[in-house]
Amino acid sequence: MRALLRRLGVYLLAAWVAVTVSFLLPRVVPGNPVAGAIARAQSSGICNAYCVKAIEEQLGFNVHTSLWLQYVQYLGNLVHGNLGFSWSENAPVTSLIASYLPWTLGLLGVATILSFIGGTVIGVIMAWRRGSFLDWLLPAATFFQAIPYFFLALVLVLIFGETGSMLKWFPSLYGYDIYGVDPGMNLPYIASIIGHAVLPALTVILASMGGFILSMRNQMITTMDEDFVLVARAKGLHTGKVVWYAARNALLPCVSNFSVAISLVVAGQILVEIVFNYPGIGYHLYGALGALDYTLVQGIFVVITLVVLAANLLADTVYVLIDPRARLEA
Amino acid sequence: MSIPGVSEMTSPGTPLAPGHAPDRSGDPVLEIRGLCVDYGFGDDAVHAVADCDLTLGRGRVLGLAGESGSGKSTLAMAAIRLLRSPGVITGGEVLFHPRPASDGEPATTMDLLAAGEEQLRAVRWSEIAIVLQSALNALNPVSTIGAQFDELLATHRPGLGRASRRDRAGDLLELVGMTPERLRSYPHEMSGGMRQRAMIAMALALDPQVMILDEPTTALDVVTQREILEELMGLRDRLGFAALFITHDLSLLVEFADDIAVMYAGRLMERAPAASLFRAPRLPYTYGLLHCFPPMHGERYRMEGIPGSPPDLRDLPPGCAFHPRCQWAMPQCRQDVPKLEPLAGSPREVACWLHRGKATAPPELKLPDPAVTRPRTAPVIDTSAERAV
Repeated sequence: MRALLRRLGVYLLAAWVAVTVSFLLPRVVPGNPVAGAIARAQSSGICNAYCVKAIEEQLGFNVHTSLWLQYVQYLGNLVHGNLGFSWSENAPVTSLIASYLPWTLGLLGVATILSFIGGTVIGVIMAWRRGSFLDWLLPAATFFQAIPYFFLALVLVLIFGETGSMLKWFPSLYGYDIYGVDPGMNLPYIASIIGHAVLPALTVILASMGGFILSMRNQMITTMDEDFVLVARAKGLHTGKVVWYAARNALLPCVSNFSVAISLVVAGQILVEIVFNYPGIGYHLYGALGALDYTLVQGIFVVITLVVLAANLLADTVYVLIDPRARLEA
Repeated sequence: MSIPGVSEMTSPGTPLAPGHAPDRSGDPVLEIRGLCVDYGFGDDAVHAVADCDLTLGRGRVLGLAGESGSGKSTLAMAAIRLLRSPGVITGGEVLFHPRPASDGEPATTMDLLAAGEEQLRAVRWSEIAIVLQSALNALNPVSTIGAQFDELLATHRPGLGRASRRDRAGDLLELVGMTPERLRSYPHEMSGGMRQRAMIAMALALDPQVMILDEPTTALDVVTQREILEELMGLRDRLGFAALFITHDLSLLVEFADDIAVMYAGRLMERAPAASLFRAPRLPYTYGLLHCFPPMHGERYRMEGIPGSPPDLRDLPPGCAFHPRCQWAMPQCRQDVPKLEPLAGSPREVACWLHRGKATAPPELKLPDPAVTRPRTAPVIDTSAERAV
């Protein structure tokens, strides 16, 4: 328990750093958002002093107050869930993100869990059946691990996507059929969501599973040489039990690797969403960057950071639960 | 097969009271014949164990000594089919003679090297248990001692209920001087000595006939080492299991073993009753090993040691593998490999040309056999001095 609380402290610190950086970044890069917004306003008419003040208020960028006061105000807003106002979408950033996040989390969650579980199981089998025909998976896993997410996404669209030129099996644009179904709790909508998620999820799974396979296989091979696995065999336990002895222990480093892997998967998924025009956070981050919508970019950054930190915390919690030795560390 | 001993166990007061008198007949229980083990395949293969014969008598302690890399562990692990890859058994047989059934019907002998996976599984741990050097590595780090006992008993004694499995595990821990509360501990929460005790308790759980002790005390300090060895030998006297005790520490074996076999470069070189081997070795290598230990009392003299270093198994010298380090080497030693053969007029075997044909062995290797072989009982060694340290 103490170990977990300590971890929680570390994550709070990391979250604070991330929030602070995302506050500072738009303020130190050249071309401040207020100037951009004023320029846009002037292109469609006159922007007088009141107009400028309104823009500053809206963006939370008051150039006439000190950086420190802005920071305090920013943190205060953040605590209240106020991430500012997006001019390009003409809506509060918080509610925008609330509408993007389910898409991203749904895709990311399902794909990562499937990938981790699948990769781990395949890794265990590959290690146990080392030297069998399964070894051809090894170069395949290395290949998929090295391939960039967006490139794999493009290849999958080309081969399987409706907008591709070959099999046209799965839809490859948007999160659901925006012309054919009504959003809501109805079967066609849900079916459409699942159909549209196949290719993006497959991309994330294929691109991330290789790493999980390789790390589990290598860990497993090391663990299989441990004395306790030998003793498990000497005890006359069933083969499944012996494999479990090894796998259970090999899993531990893989779970801690997961923390590192998850940030790569999130980064990869941003690109995947862009390729598929998938209405999640990554796709809108791309749009917001193009439109120089700093408030939205800033808000999305904060949320992505928090998502990654939460995933890390989850992995740490799981680790403490499955490794008795981690419970004592304090 | 019935499970005498453990099944009668009821209270800590009468732990493992055997339902049968411990069988010390010395009839073979494990016979290794012509065992050969290679590491690797083809021309690059290293012959780690070459043509070894070894017989473990019922209820006896057989010590297997030798330097690191001499093949002792490989021999033992291969004999019970637990060789790690890339080890390959290339020849021989290992006969296991089960305990005669209660009605006196002799049980059928089984060749472990030819046995199928299921046959082996039935023999493993219930007949042949192992204790390895480091109990930290031998115990599963992610489950409690109790869970590991439970798993073992549930696999081999499916008739037992959960509660009686727990009771038995607790009794076994008490047998090795631990409290049953330790069942709730994880291996990392215990000291090295306690872990090794727990491991021994686990090895005893199914009342095996053979224990393979692979350097069971090497990782422990001398005081704990002594305590655990005495514990083990006391248990052996009560329960009557036979033990194959592997160690590089010859002086340890002299106290605890009935017979000692010495291995060098993958071959068995000398086998004799412990006292004979210790007081009057016949093999130059054994002689050298024994003269590596300074005596506690008596005259001071210069320690000799064995010149040179253990041979490279990939590039063994022709003839006797020990000849480059042997002070008495003869021309024949450089050409022909000596076989382990009985020595006329004594219960010992030696693989050395000095004791064959017309060769005359040097006086150091011709000391008379000690008159009486030490009676085989639990060693009576006063450890109070050591404990006081």
